[in-house]
Amino acid sequence: MTGSDGVLPASLSDIREEFLALEQKDRLLLLLEFSNDLPALPERLRGHEDELERVEECQAPVFIDVAVDGDAVTLAATAPREAPTTRGFASILVQGLTGLRPDEVLAVPSDFPQMLGLTEAVSPLRLRGMSGMLSRIKRQVASKTAA
Amino acid sequence: MAVAPDTAAQFSEYAHPERLVTTEWLAEHLGEPGLVVVESDEDVLLYETGHIPGSVKVDWHTELNDPVTRDYIDGAAFAALLSGKGISRDSTVVIYGDKSNWWAAYALWVFTLFGHEDVRLLDGGRAKWQAEGRPFTTDATDIVPADYPVVERDDTTVRAFREDVLAHLGSPLIDVRSPEEYSGERTTAPAYPEEGALRAGHIPTAQNVPWAKAAAEDGTFKPREDLEAIYRRDAGIGEDEPVIAYCRIGERSSHTWFVLTHLLGQENVRNYDGSWTEWGSAVRVPIVTGTEPGGV
Repeated sequence: MTGSDGVLPASLSDIREEFLALEQKDRLLLLLEFSNDLPALPERLRGHEDELERVEECQAPVFIDVAVDGDAVTLAATAPREAPTTRGFASILVQGLTGLRPDEVLAVPSDFPQMLGLTEAVSPLRLRGMSGMLSRIKRQVASKTAA
Repeated sequence: MAVAPDTAAQFSEYAHPERLVTTEWLAEHLGEPGLVVVESDEDVLLYETGHIPGSVKVDWHTELNDPVTRDYIDGAAFAALLSGKGISRDSTVVIYGDKSNWWAAYALWVFTLFGHEDVRLLDGGRAKWQAEGRPFTTDATDIVPADYPVVERDDTTVRAFREDVLAHLGSPLIDVRSPEEYSGERTTAPAYPEEGALRAGHIPTAQNVPWAKAAAEDGTFKPREDLEAIYRRDAGIGEDEPVIAYCRIGERSSHTWFVLTHLLGQENVRNYDGSWTEWGSAVRVPIVTGTEPGGV
């Protein structure tokens, strides 16, 4: 994991530290906190959820919106309350990536979901949903900065 | 000590009505000595957002699966797990969960591998309890640890392995995955994560009966008459035939296993938990693509 540390932005590395400082059981509760704190969709996107990109890797209907405004990436996501784990993953990425520069987002290691110490508490299978979200976000950032 | 079964009229047609309880029954019996309510969900955090008061959580992935070998936990680990949840060998266990009890049925099937006698499903699961405005709590459940004995897992009665399936080809085999997975268009359920199978398609001769056909809109099980039509008339399963059900990792097929075994009273039903993630990656096992079952 050390090789990836160099490119982990401070916001994500803070989140990672928060998780790793906790016992397994409490990591799950921290994920629940993130889940509860998923920011609501901004006004302009409400009612247009279907036009956002669906994250197929997730069990639950999760939609993401990626905007690049000059030097800053802004993320929004929506996921149902009945899927708190997925909501938690989305919330980590929305809170951890929003405000970063596009090149910083693109440099986030794709195994970031595996760095949170959640493999045991959540299972590797479930973490794939978060990997799917991250790769879709990066793909959108790449296409939006290339255009 | 077992808790009296639910004698609700809608269960009377099923072969083993004592395997189901209604939300009304559960609401009346909550807290009764000898009853332990277990929540088992696809989503590992759902229990923490609010659960039926007094219930305990059992997670299929992190608690019922062995952390190293692809297998279920052994008798000693199961005894430790259940003791820690306050479940005794003679407890009445009622399991409920999300997604029409899909994972609850999986947990029930694993309990069955260890011969836990009195294990039931809450008909309609978590969603029905919620829709009826019944209480949820985030309070931690006070668990009085029990002393569950170490019982060896029985892998011969309700569980099938790859070699069993190979020997079974030609007898009723039910593929409970989505039509897209069955035909080979994809290896995972639509909108589900990739679980890694190298080939797509189905096991030769398998009938495609998606698991959710057995569930009504509200997540309860369909009446017996409808189930007979689905499995006996349409899929052609004879009453005395041995059946093997499979899906992707054995979860959805646990739901079908429950329906065949407890609601229709089929005697010899096994769940192939290796399922497509094993078969679709195994070397030189026969595979059929397309919408037809195919021959042996």
